[in-house]
Amino acid sequence: MTPTNKSINHPLDDLLRTDRIPHIWCPGCGIGTAFAACLTAMKASGIDLEKTVMVSGIGCSGRGAGYVMLDSYHTTHGRAIPFATGLKLANPELNVVVFSGDGDLFAIGGNHFIHGARRNVDITVVCVNNLNYGMTGGQVAATTPLGAKTTTTPVGNPDGPFNLPLMAYAAGASYVSRWTILHTRDMTESIKDALLNRGFAFVEVLSPCPVNFGRRNKEKALDSLRLYQEKTIIKNDAHPSELDIDFERGVTLGKFVDIERPTCIDRYDATCRPPEMLEEEKAA
Amino acid sequence: MKPAVLTGAHFMTGDVACAEGALAAGCRFFGGYPITPATEIAEHISGRLPQVGGTFIQMEDEIAAMASIVGASCAGVKSMTATSGPGLSLMLENIGLAVCTETPCVVVNVQRAGPSTGLPTLGAQGDMMQARWGSHGHYEIIALAPASPQEIFYQTIEAFNLSETYRVPVLIMTDEMIGHLSERVVIPEAKAIHTVSRPKARGRKDRFKPFAPGPNGVAPMAIAGEGYHIHVTGLTHDERGYPDMTVEGQEVMMSRIVGKIRNNLKDIIRTDSYLLDDAEIVIVSYGVSSRTSLAAVDEARAQGIKAGLFRLITVWPFPEEEIRKLAARVKGFVTVELNLGQIHLEVERSAGGLAPCVLVGHAGGTIITPDRVLKTLKEAF
Ligand SMILES: Cc1ncc(C[n+]2csc(CCOP(=O)(O)OP(=O)(O)O)c2C)c(N)n1
Ligand code: SF4
Ligand SMILES: [Mg+2]
Repeated sequence: MTPTNKSINHPLDDLLRTDRIPHIWCPGCGIGTAFAACLTAMKASGIDLEKTVMVSGIGCSGRGAGYVMLDSYHTTHGRAIPFATGLKLANPELNVVVFSGDGDLFAIGGNHFIHGARRNVDITVVCVNNLNYGMTGGQVAATTPLGAKTTTTPVGNPDGPFNLPLMAYAAGASYVSRWTILHTRDMTESIKDALLNRGFAFVEVLSPCPVNFGRRNKEKALDSLRLYQEKTIIKNDAHPSELDIDFERGVTLGKFVDIERPTCIDRYDATCRPPEMLEEEKAA
Repeated sequence: MKPAVLTGAHFMTGDVACAEGALAAGCRFFGGYPITPATEIAEHISGRLPQVGGTFIQMEDEIAAMASIVGASCAGVKSMTATSGPGLSLMLENIGLAVCTETPCVVVNVQRAGPSTGLPTLGAQGDMMQARWGSHGHYEIIALAPASPQEIFYQTIEAFNLSETYRVPVLIMTDEMIGHLSERVVIPEAKAIHTVSRPKARGRKDRFKPFAPGPNGVAPMAIAGEGYHIHVTGLTHDERGYPDMTVEGQEVMMSRIVGKIRNNLKDIIRTDSYLLDDAEIVIVSYGVSSRTSLAAVDEARAQGIKAGLFRLITVWPFPEEEIRKLAARVKGFVTVELNLGQIHLEVERSAGGLAPCVLVGHAGGTIITPDRVLKTLKEAF
């Protein structure tokens, strides 16, 4: 492929590192759709993009940070959230968006996710859940359905998957939603809400990985989209305990949590800083 | 409310002096995780940082602590963590991230005896090679080894200055004995403390190349939110910061991040000496072991043996040129350290066969007594 033809403008060109296109994502992959929704939401939200930073871990989804024309950090596998925590606490003016994969955020990085949510660090986490480790060639993940075939569960996954929104809710996230890449508008709106939520905001995006997951589970890219259309129901405010992913029975999408509670920084300032210092800051 | 620089004479432990040194250096972010014998650094700084406009956070583990300080430094704030052996083992991957992304930060290791949980409350110097090579891949790093609370105060400032100058993580490789030792620490006035900040990004924002080196091989650093739209990755990258997955890309990036240290050894390396000018036998030591070595030198001199001490303040990069010069004229080297032979191997390598090298080592848990040093020195030479 040749690099983008400059005469054809995409509405997101100003937010893309067009000199890095073509990207690495496979044909039929859903990451690009989730990424585009994320950029569109950033623009639509009205947040100051000069003060907006994207942080990714490692994986196909983790390449997101490499394509956004903003300050962007591609860190280590699983560690995007603690890195983002350091960025945010060191400069609370930054809007920090973590864009990464299910393996990155919930297997190797699972502990950081629950602690980020518990502290209510004011960041937005977008997780592309493709039910497997795409980048390394399709191994089992903490999100892989029971019985699904992957390269390390050649006869089927003996374990069950995490319900990510339930975990986010239980750990204290202030915004929790789930969409699929077929629900582009809802997903974009939801990421926008998440960006505007003051607190730890989590958006799970179901996304096909036809090359590594689909292929081994008789699911072509279009089949995944069909499942997203036919086997999902939108039920805002559904209880997070009802959100197991089971495409036989149907998968619930929607916004499940949207609250405001003091953030990590609010509490730190109120508890640890001398009151006279806070007054000085207010006056300034 | 106390000021950031606690000017005056104090009686404090090495751990507390380290925390005060960090504050005096301008450290305003600490991401930590408790571990003996480094915990007191976090405890002390957790109370002090919010009073001086900084932030302390106890993360969920050392992996997160290290990741958080790299993130905070990318936001433009001088950052630090402190740990001991098991924690350092967990920090290594993100120390590598800081090396590769050239993010300044300071990591303190108050060494205890290992391997594994080892002797949690007792000191050692067994992580010296881990400090050098612990993260994967080939790289250069800076490590300092203070020998007293007063020195830890100054070396912590120095660690930040070196880290900011060269955009490299700097390790302070102290030990339980120094960390828990209380001594007089004199803190000068704030204006007498020399602090350095990273070279700042300048010029046209759309043309800025975040990894294009300046005259000393170090690139000016853009921080998050300044409008440079930088991309920073732990993948091999080019001057724009973009991934470059080629053999040539690897070579260019590696020669720069290794070269910025190797080409500035004179500016980086600091050593100290005692009665070295006419010495025939040179004791090489650092940290707590250099204190007992000092007594051994005095005793040897009293017995008519021309011994002297070559004390490492910078352990990495290793002062190999200085050792080689000494090797050409002395009878031999005795390396004194609380492990079973790590820096000893470096001394041997640097001496290049020109002078014999012996080790006075110990697996850790207690200090090496001057008697033992003296005995070995007499037996060997
Ligand atoms: C410490 C470490 N362990 C393992 C790897 C190898 N690795 C790279 S990406 C990846 C999994 C990524 O999965 P996910 O986060 O779901 O992203 P996807 O590729 O599916 O988008 C693994 C295991 C690594 N880079 N670092
Ligand atoms: S391997 Fe899967 S997740 Fe990765 S780019 Fe290809 S389709 Fe997408
Ligand atoms: Mg995945």
